[in-house]
Amino acid sequence: MDVSKIREDFPILSRKMNGKPLVYLDNGATTLKPQCVIDAVCNYYSYLGANAHRGDYQMSAQVDEAFENARITAQKFINAKYKEEIAFTSGSTMGLNEIAIMLTQQVLNPNDVVLTCESEHASNILPWQQAGKAKNIQLEYIELDHEGKITFEAVQNAIHDGVKIIALAHVSNVLGFEAPIEEICKLAHEKGIIVVVDGAQSTPHIDIDVQKLDCDFFVFSAHKLCGPTGVGVMYGKKKWMDILEPVFFGGESNARFNKCGNLILKETPLKFESGTQPIEGVIGMAAAMDYLQKIGKDNIHAHEVMLKEYFLEKVKDLDKVIVYNANAKSGICTFNIMDKGKMLFAQDVAGYLDSLGIAVRSGQHCAKLLPDILHTAGTCRASFYIYNTKEDVDKLVEGLKNATIENCVNIFF
Amino acid sequence: MALDPTILRDIIMDHYEYPRNKELTEKDGYMSRHMASDSCIDDITVQSKIENGIIEDVRFDGVACTISTASTSIMTELVKDKSIDEAKEIIDNYFKMIDQQEYDEDLLEEAVAFSGVGKQANRINCATIGWKALRDMINESEEKDHE
Ligand SMILES: Cc1ncc(COP(=O)(O)O)c(C=O)c1O
Repeated sequence: MDVSKIREDFPILSRKMNGKPLVYLDNGATTLKPQCVIDAVCNYYSYLGANAHRGDYQMSAQVDEAFENARITAQKFINAKYKEEIAFTSGSTMGLNEIAIMLTQQVLNPNDVVLTCESEHASNILPWQQAGKAKNIQLEYIELDHEGKITFEAVQNAIHDGVKIIALAHVSNVLGFEAPIEEICKLAHEKGIIVVVDGAQSTPHIDIDVQKLDCDFFVFSAHKLCGPTGVGVMYGKKKWMDILEPVFFGGESNARFNKCGNLILKETPLKFESGTQPIEGVIGMAAAMDYLQKIGKDNIHAHEVMLKEYFLEKVKDLDKVIVYNANAKSGICTFNIMDKGKMLFAQDVAGYLDSLGIAVRSGQHCAKLLPDILHTAGTCRASFYIYNTKEDVDKLVEGLKNATIENCVNIFF
Repeated sequence: MALDPTILRDIIMDHYEYPRNKELTEKDGYMSRHMASDSCIDDITVQSKIENGIIEDVRFDGVACTISTASTSIMTELVKDKSIDEAKEIIDNYFKMIDQQEYDEDLLEEAVAFSGVGKQANRINCATIGWKALRDMINESEEKDHE
């Protein structure tokens, strides 16, 4: 993997932040876009132009072809068995909301239990809580181990007869641990439990094979894998996609209807895609997938893990750097900085790094996870991707060495 | 008056390391505002006791960054024992300063340390979180008086 060549594909890397060369280490939040994705999006606006599934003219047919080819690209990207299992959404959050609403209304019975865990992103907890209110669906939380990770044993222990759905992130956005989804699905299916996987943080970084995982649903967002914002995928096994009724109705998803309320929906996936879709987004997402596929997920993951190990090695002897997830094999580094015996507030550290041109995320993550397992109220997160280099890590570590309370406050003068 | 950055920085550090009035009370007669929804990271509660048009006490607690903690700490000292009208004028001037508009330096005393925060748009919330809480409580106390 030739990182310097990859960097040339990303025009944004030549911009500055606060007058310094950009060191972008917030890839868990979103990723930068290569020129081929930008071109694909622009080509829709400057050439393709028409709506999808509508017109009777050449432009429209070209859009249809690009749009449905993008579906096949997405199908291959996660190795789905059928292209009808791929429905486009606005992103992971929308997919999780739709799945939560559909399953709660159409599959669950009152008082059923949805099993999740406390390190989940809000997008995989709140939809279940809200959709579940009408049927008094209970959310239960799998106990995390001392490092904050989900173990198969803990899932085993948490399952009981009331559990009908397990909803988990494939990779956690806070600590970067991968959940043993394949094992979980095997056990869950023996007990008739549906498994919903939030793939927002795994799809950009590791090989995804939904058939091998055998999950029932899987969602992800394009923008975290070098694609456009506002578009993503909801994958569901065909048996589910066939029987579920969509959440949204309108143009494009119906085959026919009349004023008495009789409605015949189109087949999946179109029944899930009411209204004009983000066509340029779907096309841009496919371009991003092609781009990543060429680099290879194995290479991507190995590169990120190499950068993390390099980071860990460099901060090993720095007492002031506390790393919370050294054992998570991903490109996510979650840490805090000590100065004069006190922990600096994460946002102050992020603010100081920002003044050096370094973008990291500070945040108070899931309210319960952090106090109980990490014993802190907030953390900084640096997350790597294909265009990051050892020099980026060097700059980060140099910044952390100089992160003192004085320097954090100095940025305001 | 040219403001010496070193002195201003020391003011912020001093209030961050030794925040004033940083302890909530259970006593009667206090209004309270929990400021957690404005940003995902600072989480502070501000309490105030306003009686007969006078701000008798302001206190706060919570987890927050240097700027939130120090700006709230300074605010509590600045408005204590002031009349509502005086406090409103101070608050007004503080917000003007943060917005990079003309303001009366003399009214703000140590709070002038935050005159540069407005340049970092993403941190304005930190410098104003405690101040907004107080502004809100003053409004509430005035509405009560009109009832
Ligand atoms: C684990 C996880 N799930 C869901 C989401 C939500 O993704 P989006 O905002 O693209 O819908 C994120 C994004 O931060 C995430 O990290």
